[in-house]
Amino acid sequence: MAFSARYLRRRLLNGFNLGVSVLATLFGLFWLGWLMWTLVSRGLQWIGPSLFTQSTPPPAAAGGGIANAIVGSLLITLVGVVVGTPIGILAATWLAEFGRHSRIAAVIRFVNDILLSAPSIVIGVFVYAVVVARFGHFSGWSGGLALSIIMLPVVLRTTEDMLILVPDQLREAAAALGAPQWRVVVTVVYRASLGGILTGVMLGIARISGETAPLLFTALNNQFWSSDMNRPMANLPVMIFQFAMSPYDNWQHLAWAAALLITLAILALSLIARILIRANAFVK
Amino acid sequence: MRKPSPTKTHAISLEVPARSAGGKSVIENPKLSINQLNFYYGRFQALRDINMDIAERQVTAFIGPSGCGKSTLLRTLNRIYGLYPDQRATGAIMLDGRNILDRDQDLNYLRAKIGMVFQKPTPFPMSVFENIAFGVRLYERLSRMKMQERVEWALRKAALWEEVNDKLHQGGTRLSGGQQQRLCIARAIAVKPEILLLDEPASALDPLSTLKIEELIAELKTDYTIVIVTHNMQQAARVSDYTAFMYLGSLVEYADTSTLFTNPARKQTEDYITGRYG
Amino acid sequence: MNSTPRTQAIRVVPHRRHGRSAMADSFFRGITRLAALLVLALMAGILLVLLVQAWPAFHRFGWHFFSGTQWDPVTDQFSALASIFGTLVTSLIAMIIAVPVSFGIALFITELAPAWLRRPVSTAIELLAAIPSIIYGMWGLFVFAPVFSEYAQPWITDHIGNWPLVGVLFQGPPMGIGIFTAGLILAIMVIPFISAVMRDVFDLVPTVLKESAYGVGCTTWEVVWNVVLPYTRVGVVGGIMLGLGRALGETMAVTFIIGNSHDISRSLFMPGNTISSTLANEFTEAVGPIYTSSLIALGLILFFITFVVLGLAKLLLLRMGTREGRKS
Repeated sequence: MAFSARYLRRRLLNGFNLGVSVLATLFGLFWLGWLMWTLVSRGLQWIGPSLFTQSTPPPAAAGGGIANAIVGSLLITLVGVVVGTPIGILAATWLAEFGRHSRIAAVIRFVNDILLSAPSIVIGVFVYAVVVARFGHFSGWSGGLALSIIMLPVVLRTTEDMLILVPDQLREAAAALGAPQWRVVVTVVYRASLGGILTGVMLGIARISGETAPLLFTALNNQFWSSDMNRPMANLPVMIFQFAMSPYDNWQHLAWAAALLITLAILALSLIARILIRANAFVK
Repeated sequence: MRKPSPTKTHAISLEVPARSAGGKSVIENPKLSINQLNFYYGRFQALRDINMDIAERQVTAFIGPSGCGKSTLLRTLNRIYGLYPDQRATGAIMLDGRNILDRDQDLNYLRAKIGMVFQKPTPFPMSVFENIAFGVRLYERLSRMKMQERVEWALRKAALWEEVNDKLHQGGTRLSGGQQQRLCIARAIAVKPEILLLDEPASALDPLSTLKIEELIAELKTDYTIVIVTHNMQQAARVSDYTAFMYLGSLVEYADTSTLFTNPARKQTEDYITGRYG
Repeated sequence: MNSTPRTQAIRVVPHRRHGRSAMADSFFRGITRLAALLVLALMAGILLVLLVQAWPAFHRFGWHFFSGTQWDPVTDQFSALASIFGTLVTSLIAMIIAVPVSFGIALFITELAPAWLRRPVSTAIELLAAIPSIIYGMWGLFVFAPVFSEYAQPWITDHIGNWPLVGVLFQGPPMGIGIFTAGLILAIMVIPFISAVMRDVFDLVPTVLKESAYGVGCTTWEVVWNVVLPYTRVGVVGGIMLGLGRALGETMAVTFIIGNSHDISRSLFMPGNTISSTLANEFTEAVGPIYTSSLIALGLILFFITFVVLGLAKLLLLRMGTREGRKS
């Protein structure tokens, strides 16, 4: 059988494009590798116990750690989670259980998607205008508030998706026993989708813990040990930003160490969340 | 209301057994009395002028081809359709002298009196014990010991105790399909309803489990009024005392089971039973 | 008949039960609806606050705010064009690079990769998304830019810089930082999002559809180009829009590497600014109401751009969905 020129051309095009797709994948993986390599090679050497026990040092001084930034980040993230999660879950409950097909639900979903993809720096500016400018000073609370605004749409979206997955028959079975609607939702529907909701919360936490921009104008940063939420609060992302851009060697070293730390934590959180998603999928 | 066709003779033929001209019901002291029931999904009318009495502590079966409205009719009896805004019913369904279609009928209370088991087993995402305790806790406050007794009683009644008494605190979803369905039956019985509605309870199960459930129904009717929807005619013949044949939303014939199956009054019924159409 | 305590209990307290659970139901319904409406209120609040704060700048500069290029804190003259230009151009570069690459990755994962390779490769690409953007910024400035300026940039300037139309885009001193580098880094950040969406929708194509194409003798590429892509057009567009939205709003990665210059130059290798990098660099140091107001005005413009992009995406998806019937 003779292969026509046309057929050969098709074969060539196929091979070429498939080859290019392999290149594209290698391209993506290449950057990942380079990034991780940079982090490890520049940050690993500066990780030691003092990192977790001492606060940030003054420029060009020896020693020091990032304990205050770690604690500050934990506190601010906690505020963000505690404020954003319940509102997100309750709002998603309304969308899934009470108003599912209504017009206003469609509007709320649309608005939520906008908030989900809104530039986080704009959220920071908003919280600055509403809280920081009003009260006259930066604070850990305002940082937490900014993070909660970023957390809310993430939790809302994943929770609603999970609640909708619960089959209506389960709701009917509970109602058929005489349970009032709130009981049906809280005792049966929430329980059935708990795994998925938690995973959504975890992904939200992973997202907000790496955010720098919203904290730039709200929590700012603090050189010293700061546990007063009413004052500027030390936090990892802004600290990394300031230290990395500075000309001081010791600060830059700390920045890389902190960068490696925060990346590992977020990667671990994301991986665990994804493993949970897959495990859940099989159970259902 | 039609008269029996003159070519057929029978002693007791009930076409629509609710009433003769005098208004006297042929079923004495019916548990449920359905009067002029019409049902709509949005604009679509799914049930037309249903009149029927359900006998107390007997098994009544609804049969008919797909889309005839048998499940719809069943779901009006505990107003579970009320969960969906575009579904509505007109007419009256009398239970103990009250019309349950009334606006101010307490739905939760109604559903505690009328239990329902669905086609697909729906165990809650809880342990076997909790599944059953859930419904009981809605309306009763029992001590731990009394609750355990109630759970055991319900599981025994549902012929499930032997199989799960060592797994009471394992997840309900871990049981087999047949066991899950019997769990749902136990769950429905545990709250001690007066009426049990079964919507094709065995259609998703294997023949062995189906048999177990049919035996269960025969036993349960001594205590409960049972209404069962089934697309399996032989099952209706085996299990029920009265059978209603429905077609395209109307009640075509309603008689005691043996009469309906051996000597149906309407040709339509006969055609369906003999398999001329499905 | 059953003479159990429960039946009696029901008969005794039906009304109270009715009242109590009805109240609980209303409360639950009310509180969840409140939370849902809060989302709307939040959006409205953000728009309102930004508008009010930005108004002084709009009022002072009028339409010139959008068309001028001067940004002078000393004389309090501000205009947004350089920042807007930077935002749009870096995002455009990011899209030009990221869309084909993401497509290639999705193609590889769904059609080429052996089963054991699929999960690891997908996870690895997704890890790119989990890395915080500040890390991208640091890496870009301290690691990538020097390498780029030493090896790649001179080569590109020498070879492509002389081409007729396109050449002028690639001229300029090899500094490493600049609009092009920022666009490239944005591309890397955005690739995991777009490729994940593409991969998900590619997987949704029914096997029978692909098999019928193979059955006629199509090569893998032809199946993808002629069957998979048209079928998944909706989702693909959605994924691209998602990536674009992210690129437009990205701050930290860009701030490190864009060079913070309020000039618009014709070369991509020159420094520039995006709205978000301007905000990040200058917001805390802004003195005077007009300076701050101009910065907030920039933020509002960025929010608006993102809003428009996402809104268009949704409309597009809606129309595609209804025209072709339920496809994905």
